Amino acid sequence: MSVAPAELDLPRSADESVPDKPWLTIVWNDPVNLMSYVTYVFEHVFGFPKPKAEKLMLDVHHKGKAVVASGTREAMERNVEVLHGYGLWATVRQDT
Amino acid sequence: MFRSTRDGGASVWLSAGEATLLRTLVVPVMELLSDPTRPSPVKPAESTDVLDDLEALFAEVETPNPERPDDPVLARLLPDAYGEDDQAKSGEFRKFTESSLREAKKYFAQTVLETLPPKGGRVKLTGDQARDWLRALNDVRLMFGVRLEVTEDYEEHISGLDPKDPRAAAFEVYGWLGAVQESLVRAIAG
Repeated sequence: MSVAPAELDLPRSADESVPDKPWLTIVWNDPVNLMSYVTYVFEHVFGFPKPKAEKLMLDVHHKGKAVVASGTREAMERNVEVLHGYGLWATVRQDT
Repeated sequence: MFRSTRDGGASVWLSAGEATLLRTLVVPVMELLSDPTRPSPVKPAESTDVLDDLEALFAEVETPNPERPDDPVLARLLPDAYGEDDQAKSGEFRKFTESSLREAKKYFAQTVLETLPPKGGRVKLTGDQARDWLRALNDVRLMFGVRLEVTEDYEEHISGLDPKDPRAAAFEVYGWLGAVQESLVRAIAG
């Protein structure tokens, strides 16, 4: 077990930047991809439990798109590359 | 249609006609992905000349980022990663990933060709091969989807098609491909 370090009074610089907004992986609705297939891809690629994968699939289907992951730009680009391999229509953008 | 196997794979019995049909549909996807106007980068053979290497290095920097393919099917198989509104970032992404994505998709298609019995019969797939099949079948269906301009309610639309319309047969094949893919998803999703 580790002990929490004593709080340090770190100097705050004037130009302290706002932490970067996370990047998002977005999947868009597509008339070709089967609902069962999209659910399977979400389960297999992201390790989501089936109910979560199904909910995201339905969001894509009914709302036209859904955010399926967020994190670093590199990780989201990697997701998109894998999803393109599965034929899903996926894009990356920074959260606004 | 596909059924799950005990080892996490799937198997199906295909007639000679079905096997031929699948082969006939997978080959054009592979050909499209092998577009000779966009060769994948080839490394010079056994270059030992440092100057050659440097020249190649700088030449690569000068290469403009590839644009979205003109062919609508290819544009769907290899979509923009940053959407329509950020062509610069999409091009940058394409530069580093498009050739490997093409190779991956050709590999999935190749798995289908290699596991299809020439005269039909039983196809037995491992879990990995089944996932290759899923992706290859999906790419074929995307090709149909773009060419036939498939919409979500396409089934209502085809009932009004003249049976002599060549699209009627294509929609029938498209429907069959969907059923095959659906059975394969169910076989391996458990």
